[in-house]
Amino acid sequence: MASSLGSAHPGSSFFHNKKDLSLSVVPPTSQLSIYKCKKPFSKNIVMATTTQQSERKPATTGSLKAPMTMTEKILAKASEKSGVKPGDNVWVNVDVFMTNDISGPGSIGIFHREFGKNAKVWDHEKVVVIPDHYIFTSDERANRNVDILREFSLEQNIKYFYDIKDLSNFKANPDYKGVCHIALAQEGHCRPGEVLLGTDSHTCTAGAFGQFATGIGNTEAGFVLGTGALLLKVPHTLRFVMDGEMPDYLLAKDLILQIIGEISVAGATYKSMEFVGTTIESLNMEERMTLCNMVIEAGGKNGVVPADSTTFKYLEDKTSVSYEPVYSDAQASFLSEFRFDISNLEPLVAKPHSPDNRSLARECKDIKIDRVYIGSCTGGKTQDFLAAAKLFLASGKKVKVPTFLVPATQKVWVDIYTLTVPGSGGKTCSQIFEEAGCDTPASPSCAACMGGPKDTYARMNEAQVCVSTTNRNFPGRMGHKEGQIYLASPYTAAASALTGYITDPRQFLH
Amino acid sequence: MRLLMLCYACWVGESSRAEESENTSNREEKRGGNMEMWIKWGYKWEAGIELGMNLRAACLQLQTSLLNPQIRRRPTPRHYRPIKEHRFAYTRLKSYTLLMAASLIRTSYSSAFAFSSPKASVYSPSVSPPSIKVPAFSPFTVKPLSSTFAPHAVRAISLATHATLTPSSVPADTSTTTFHGLCYVVGDNIDTDQIIPAEYLTLVPSNPAEYEKLGSYALVGLPSSYATRFIEPNETKTKYSIVIGGANFGCGSSREHAPVALGAAGAKAVVAESYARIFFRNSVATGEVYPLESEVRICEECKTGDVVTIELGESRLINHTTGKEYKLKPIGDAGPVIDAGGIFAYARKTGMIPSESN
Repeated sequence: MASSLGSAHPGSSFFHNKKDLSLSVVPPTSQLSIYKCKKPFSKNIVMATTTQQSERKPATTGSLKAPMTMTEKILAKASEKSGVKPGDNVWVNVDVFMTNDISGPGSIGIFHREFGKNAKVWDHEKVVVIPDHYIFTSDERANRNVDILREFSLEQNIKYFYDIKDLSNFKANPDYKGVCHIALAQEGHCRPGEVLLGTDSHTCTAGAFGQFATGIGNTEAGFVLGTGALLLKVPHTLRFVMDGEMPDYLLAKDLILQIIGEISVAGATYKSMEFVGTTIESLNMEERMTLCNMVIEAGGKNGVVPADSTTFKYLEDKTSVSYEPVYSDAQASFLSEFRFDISNLEPLVAKPHSPDNRSLARECKDIKIDRVYIGSCTGGKTQDFLAAAKLFLASGKKVKVPTFLVPATQKVWVDIYTLTVPGSGGKTCSQIFEEAGCDTPASPSCAACMGGPKDTYARMNEAQVCVSTTNRNFPGRMGHKEGQIYLASPYTAAASALTGYITDPRQFLH
Repeated sequence: MRLLMLCYACWVGESSRAEESENTSNREEKRGGNMEMWIKWGYKWEAGIELGMNLRAACLQLQTSLLNPQIRRRPTPRHYRPIKEHRFAYTRLKSYTLLMAASLIRTSYSSAFAFSSPKASVYSPSVSPPSIKVPAFSPFTVKPLSSTFAPHAVRAISLATHATLTPSSVPADTSTTTFHGLCYVVGDNIDTDQIIPAEYLTLVPSNPAEYEKLGSYALVGLPSSYATRFIEPNETKTKYSIVIGGANFGCGSSREHAPVALGAAGAKAVVAESYARIFFRNSVATGEVYPLESEVRICEECKTGDVVTIELGESRLINHTTGKEYKLKPIGDAGPVIDAGGIFAYARKTGMIPSESN
């Protein structure tokens, strides 16, 4: 059995490591790919072998090098080694380091304490500082944390600091972006083949661009700030093959909820998750980001989607830095492989209080809800709002519960007010939301996805039932400890808002 | 005499089971006699007071960052704790001890205590971490107790006097590190929002005052089904030095505030069936808590409040309340990093990065 690789981009460059020419013998790792076709528990999913392979990528490496997966190749390149295998501890050079207002001050504190008060960061153009978590609040400490970021960025001459000073009007801050992971993508900091580390667990979102991206803590961040490198262990890779045409009622959120429900919240601990298949290739960048965003919810170290024409097109106008995508070798070994036939998937929710508490949306139709939240790095991007708007348009009705909309970044906010929804006769998303009775789109930030200070917009301050497009539903996640959070796709969230109960979006989409 | 013995006992109790320091500075060696004894027991001179007469009381404070790791007690991440508050227990111990010493020679307590703070001390030179303090006095010129003196009994004394003291022996190296105390049992998938709810993330762990505050909120996010709280409502530290968990402990966010909060609250080790990756890394990088793995689901066999001992060298957990013993997975390479006080201290110790030049 051979694995199908990502589609080949005709103009893409292949990964060459010039150092391996000096190696006489490199004992290859097992030439056989390790497969384990996992039987699903849900009978809705039919495991099927692919009937046709997508175009097989020619070998990208010299014949002496052991075949490696994408993640292994990226780490090998970043650690200047010819080859690595899972389990190796390697010192990796970091291409981009990101921090935000939650962990930034702590990391900065450690950086100064360990490297000295006058120390400089290893590369002031590779550090991206993005305040996004607790911004629009009167909490003094939260505001002080943004000031700390500003002080640091000025002192270090940080090139990319997306500052905000005027909290009453986000539009008055031209630099301010919003949610860090979306900002990174929109500003072109995510590039195939690179290593991106961030002080936030959802840094894995950037894996959608075919790079190694994972979250680290303050102490390691301090270390990276000073040295530009980190000791990482090369993870095994789990491969998820998804083939079939994406039904029009499914979104990437349903796919990842399916996967997490399959392998559990610890199913991918210390492992890399690689997403391939025709379905993945058909997803746009933001959908791929949603997919990789919740890799951490399965315990995964990082997620990767092979870069292809969609990726390159997205990056065209965003970055001028050259990059070198890498792709898994045909003979690379994967720890396990999971195959999904998408045509049999149905919209899902993750019930409280765990992202792997998977259930079909239609089986939860008796659960009454109190509010709906559409936002966050998982479900607050332009495509997510377009999807919600599409469903509201299709139904033509008004929402029955308070529906909070929080665009992830300024750009998303602008898109909501300018992009027209297909089939609406020229109406923008914002108009459709208004007609449906949703709350006005709020200032872009992480807002209530993780609760935050008590005055955070849309925070759950009472024990309520909420359907949200966010990524976690652990107890107390959105504020109140007894709050019940159902994770869902924007379609499902919008559909549920219209009925006041958890609703399968197929009720409105035909 | 008994009071005197009690004084001595308390000091000694703090350092029982120390191993000989290989790195005794010449300066201290020259003083010989009692000074050597104190160094042997794992103390480094930090500040001293003069009580008059010929009785000089030593106010010794353990400088974990200066000691040879071989004789260090529980490693304390230096960058998280200002020296003065280094040993919560020590602060108390010093004052009790000085109180007793002061009462012996009828000096006022306040004058005795005033010098216990390095900053206030006139006698000790300006102290700033991590410089080594120059000893100015010789310690108590008290005859060592007889050989029948039992450290264990002493520890019992200090246990009684300081309810919040979490007794742990001085680790020579990881092989003799033990943690002893009450355990707090939680279930599976304890995520970082339960360990430290997001609303407290505005506290910056590298700020000492906020570090302590962070500790006071540890595990406050646990649902109300946990009847016994990790930290009592009006307390800032926990009386449970060991947390026992199930699978996937620490899942969720990458926030380092999670292991920091546990460590700041007073937890020494977590024993879980398995860990989430980032939490494990953060525990090791900060050196705040030992993330130990059990072979079986200890969380189902222990109850909150059980008295347990963890022997790192033996990779063993003993529940004294139930009488059962459990095998733990060896801490492995993470041990030396936590022993050193976290990734930076370890990197400096092993020469990976140059020593701090403050």
